[in-house]
Amino acid sequence: MTASDKTSGKLNTEANFHHAGEPVTRPYRAGDDLYEALIDSHQGLSDEQSQMLNARLILLLANHIGDLAVLRQALAAARESI
Amino acid sequence: MFNTYQPPVYDYQRSVDQQAGQIAHHPLIIVGAGPIGLAAGLDAGVQGMPALILDDNNTVSVGSRAVCYSKRALEVLDRLGCAGRMVEKGVCWKVGKMFFQDQLVSSFDLLPEAGYSQPAFINLQQYYLEEYMVDRAGELDQVEIRWQNRVSAVEQQGEQVVVSIETPDGPYQLSTDWLIVADGANSSVRSMMGLSMDGRVFRDRFLIADIIMKADFPSERWFSFDPSYHPGQSTLLHSQPDNVWRLDFQLGWDKDPEEEKKPENIIPRVKAMMGEAMEFELEWASVYTFMCRRMERFRHGRVIFAGDAAHQVSPFGARGANSGFQDSDNLIWKLRLVMQGLAPQQLIDSYCEEREFAADENLMNSTRATDFITPKSDVSLQFRNATLALAKQHDFARKLVNSGRLSDPAILSHSSLNTPDADPFDSPMLPGAVMEDAPIEGPKGEGWALQLVDHRFQLLCFCEDATRISAGELQQLSELAESEIPLRPLLVYRRGTPPAAIAAVHDSEGLMAQRYDGRDGSCFLIRPDQHLAARWRSLDCEAVRLALNTATCNL
Repeated sequence: MTASDKTSGKLNTEANFHHAGEPVTRPYRAGDDLYEALIDSHQGLSDEQSQMLNARLILLLANHIGDLAVLRQALAAARESI
Repeated sequence: MFNTYQPPVYDYQRSVDQQAGQIAHHPLIIVGAGPIGLAAGLDAGVQGMPALILDDNNTVSVGSRAVCYSKRALEVLDRLGCAGRMVEKGVCWKVGKMFFQDQLVSSFDLLPEAGYSQPAFINLQQYYLEEYMVDRAGELDQVEIRWQNRVSAVEQQGEQVVVSIETPDGPYQLSTDWLIVADGANSSVRSMMGLSMDGRVFRDRFLIADIIMKADFPSERWFSFDPSYHPGQSTLLHSQPDNVWRLDFQLGWDKDPEEEKKPENIIPRVKAMMGEAMEFELEWASVYTFMCRRMERFRHGRVIFAGDAAHQVSPFGARGANSGFQDSDNLIWKLRLVMQGLAPQQLIDSYCEEREFAADENLMNSTRATDFITPKSDVSLQFRNATLALAKQHDFARKLVNSGRLSDPAILSHSSLNTPDADPFDSPMLPGAVMEDAPIEGPKGEGWALQLVDHRFQLLCFCEDATRISAGELQQLSELAESEIPLRPLLVYRRGTPPAAIAAVHDSEGLMAQRYDGRDGSCFLIRPDQHLAARWRSLDCEAVRLALNTATCNL
């Protein structure tokens, strides 16, 4: 995320997964790394436990983002057409 | 079935080696005349080495099987002298589209830029590919294929391997310095040697139906998640030559493969997908399960495994045959240098180092695609469907949609054969990557950068003005050309007239300079398999010799 994104308070929905400081040799790699880590983190959990993991994860990431303007856009985008 | 193709029959012929009490010797024997065994044999042949290929059958692949061949595979096959026919016959494509519940959600373009000799991908039935490769072998005096020669035993005896062979005329034996095993995923030689191939088995079944129909869909790869005509599962549509279309249906683990293979059960599935009105004929069908696994080590003494015999992936991403071609491409030049006494056997071990690394990357990508396509738990399915739903609107989710990451050339950036950069370069072509292709003008007219590489190492020396090359520089380059390891210096120039004393090509569109970040004075050491071994901003003969020795394990 660039500095201007940080101040603009706009939700970034462009592909943004990356390994900091490493050259990008496969455009899909970092996103797939995240996806695999996400699925792996649920390994062996019951449905209820998985829901708890997801809730905790959302709270952690929301705090990391911090900017309420961004978070409200994310909440709206996630809720859309459910 | 098989309305569009008449498979050739290759007759068994008794060879002079089949005499009782005698064990004839061949320096290199290859088991298996599938795509990878043939590629290994052709590669040996074009590099001037004799190769004997043994195959238990007398024809090509039964069924279309592997149909997607990547740009990198075609570049290798072009070096072997048989890509032209394949590209001419094949269906070229580069765009893939992904649908979720009948709606387009994501797409990719594998080669958005022009200026490459080979297309991003072709689709071609495996039997055509094999037939063209067998034809090509017929043009090479050093390559012999013995059909209906089934290997029944393999025994390592000191520095040789003794191979027992069954034929219609009875058994005989041969000895060899090196045995390449490319007899497929169910490798019988691997079993004979008591070696295992470990990994994951996926609990799912897929139906392949090749149908003949006249349809004017574009030549794109269409992958559908949860389509209305096949709810809860996935399908794939892809075109092949001769109006043949590859349809792939995910079935689920509980389906009976024998029942699903029956035409009366396939036809309703095809009609549901293509519409009741579509006229078609069934060409070939198969129900398969798959595994993601590899051998722990690809070399066992003087026996070397390649292709599916060494590693097996799920079909999503076309990483099977396409990685196998990269195996033989990696191996044969190394074997040649070792057999010529120009490199120690550690160079063969570097085949294992590099191709085991590549196999792991292929296995990882193929496993990830499989996990996305067939989620293993409720929460996994929920993430998958959330990704697909968000992909309708959001770029980041489109990039996460994984219907198979299509085969890409291995980037051997951690290989011990590389010389790490000492100078800064701004190009994704790192040491260990395949050299980028680009249009050039050479002595024989217009051509391609990749076609410059023969079985020698190449030192590409970039220069702005070829007229300004000094006598001293020419002297240095001609001394390098006399290295014990064959090396050819090649001038890549933007303008001017190169001196007659050195091989030179004109970077006519400036694309080599751009893709390599090749500035005036930059030098690139290229291996015979077209991978980059080292690069510098200026010519330093000692550094080149050291890199050449590093790339051949001659330190």
